[in-house]
Amino acid sequence: MSRIDVRKTHKLFVNGAFPRSESGRSYEVTDTKGRFLANAAQASRKDARDAVVAARAAFRGWSHANAFLRGQIIYRIAEVMEGRHPQLVADVMAAEGLTEARARRTVDAAIDRIVWYAGWADKLPTALGNANAVSGPFFNFSIPEPTGVVAVLAPESSSLLGLVSVVLPVITGGNTCVVVTSHTRPLPAVTWAECLATSDVPGGVVNVLTGDRAEIAPWLASHRDVDGIDCAGADASLASALEVAAAANLKRVLRPDADEDWAAHPGLRRLSRFIETKTVWHPIGV
Amino acid sequence: MTVVLGISNSDLAAATGSDAALRRFLFGLPGVDQVGAEARAAALATRSIKAATKRDLIDLAIRMIDLTTLEGADTPGKVSALCAKAQHPDPTDHTAPHTAAVCVYGDMVPHAVRALGPDSPISIAAVATAFPSGRASLDVKLLDVHDAVVNGAHEIDMVIDRGAFLSGRYLQVLEEVRAVKEACGTAHLKVILETGELQTYDNVRRASWLAMLGGADFIKTSTGKVQPAATAPVVLVMLEAVRDWFDVTGHHIGMKPAGGLRTAKDAMRMLVLVAETVGEDWLTPDLFRIGASSLLNDLLLQRQRMRDGAYSGPNYVTLD
Repeated sequence: MSRIDVRKTHKLFVNGAFPRSESGRSYEVTDTKGRFLANAAQASRKDARDAVVAARAAFRGWSHANAFLRGQIIYRIAEVMEGRHPQLVADVMAAEGLTEARARRTVDAAIDRIVWYAGWADKLPTALGNANAVSGPFFNFSIPEPTGVVAVLAPESSSLLGLVSVVLPVITGGNTCVVVTSHTRPLPAVTWAECLATSDVPGGVVNVLTGDRAEIAPWLASHRDVDGIDCAGADASLASALEVAAAANLKRVLRPDADEDWAAHPGLRRLSRFIETKTVWHPIGV
Repeated sequence: MTVVLGISNSDLAAATGSDAALRRFLFGLPGVDQVGAEARAAALATRSIKAATKRDLIDLAIRMIDLTTLEGADTPGKVSALCAKAQHPDPTDHTAPHTAAVCVYGDMVPHAVRALGPDSPISIAAVATAFPSGRASLDVKLLDVHDAVVNGAHEIDMVIDRGAFLSGRYLQVLEEVRAVKEACGTAHLKVILETGELQTYDNVRRASWLAMLGGADFIKTSTGKVQPAATAPVVLVMLEAVRDWFDVTGHHIGMKPAGGLRTAKDAMRMLVLVAETVGEDWLTPDLFRIGASSLLNDLLLQRQRMRDGAYSGPNYVTLD
């Protein structure tokens, strides 16, 4: 006797919990050949608003946590992903239509990238900050600080490696984020959200919305309580509209690059985009 | 769904004659169907409100707010900041209406009077009668009320003696409300039931009637110091009492939920409850108030959202 399928309807990941979309909507997700995989929640602008509230609430704790602890927590994400390696490989295979060997390499690369970013957490002040030489009896320090709440539009095709490549630089610097996943390939992101929920990442630091980015992204771009937006997953016309909306409260904007190779070494470009430099003067001898 | 109570004006007069008569009257009130009240309140909470109506209701809710600060750490500076906010809730938008009142401790009333100036359309409400516990002798409570009124309070928020109420000394509670009402003079009297301590909806209904028998102009749910405070079913039960009182006497009694209302959505739900229970006559700051502090900021954020078409954030409202 054959077993009855356990069909899944996935939910969003907001504030460390898995709520349904406020709109009650979901949509069917298929593999690259059009076969049904699962239902994913279709987030609405109100879900995005709730996610921003959660990210803002989490910002104080996450940005004030000491950098070494942040690095340890990020490393823990990699540990949990390692334990769910087979599931992530299966998700990436189904979502991206890859062979098992290539899917395995993709998941390995994603985990390695997280470990790489984990190492950066407590080295940012050294790499991006400075003790400046000034003319006068002052200490003068430039210190990197997180920008705040960042909206992240994850790439459409690279469903896991691309996702971690845009989220990790944001949270490593101490920002919190609301990430809108790939629309057609959301399931690796859903599994990754489950990894985040079982690692030590505080609720609200990463909020994962599945759904149509053209519907949600304009609300995030115009949101006055969002401080930056990474448009990686937006096409050129959406990205320019988002950049215009983002100007209202002077958000940091990262433009998309259609030719971005997510497997390539990331460098510090994304990490430093959502970092502000605070410079303080302190009199010597007081 | 008006409950036919079969109560007449003369019954009310007779009920207040003695402790036994009052007890008989209060226990003769129909019991509250707990499941029904909770289901009705929950059903009304799902009512959808269209954008144009919401815009009007947000402004109405702002006009109904008793902007409150009741902390041990209150200072004259905090009170004058509160008054400035009550006058111009949104400094970036002068079309935002002012609140109905500010609500402060009695000793802060002179500072509120000074901050608001003469002829201000904003009332000053003072909590009195040993707020929030109500644990003091009647003389002390009356002095507390007298003090606030002399200092210029237009409204007095008194607390009932829950200890006396819960141990069944209803006449004592009634007489206390009457004495305070007399001490208020021309000031309006709001009677706080502190529903979070009354245990049952039946008690909420009895306390509501008791307060109205004592001469309350408003009945108010809570001090804000005890949880749960203004839950939807409690507000529903109290509004039903207000409606029934109107049916019997023809007098409009006001209602003020306070405590635990933080979001614009909470406020909308309260307004729906009012319209559906007592009717739209009560949708005015003269008959319905919302006691709140952080609620105002959320209403302003929603207001800005509707004005600008973009979500606003806490950086665009004042820190309180």
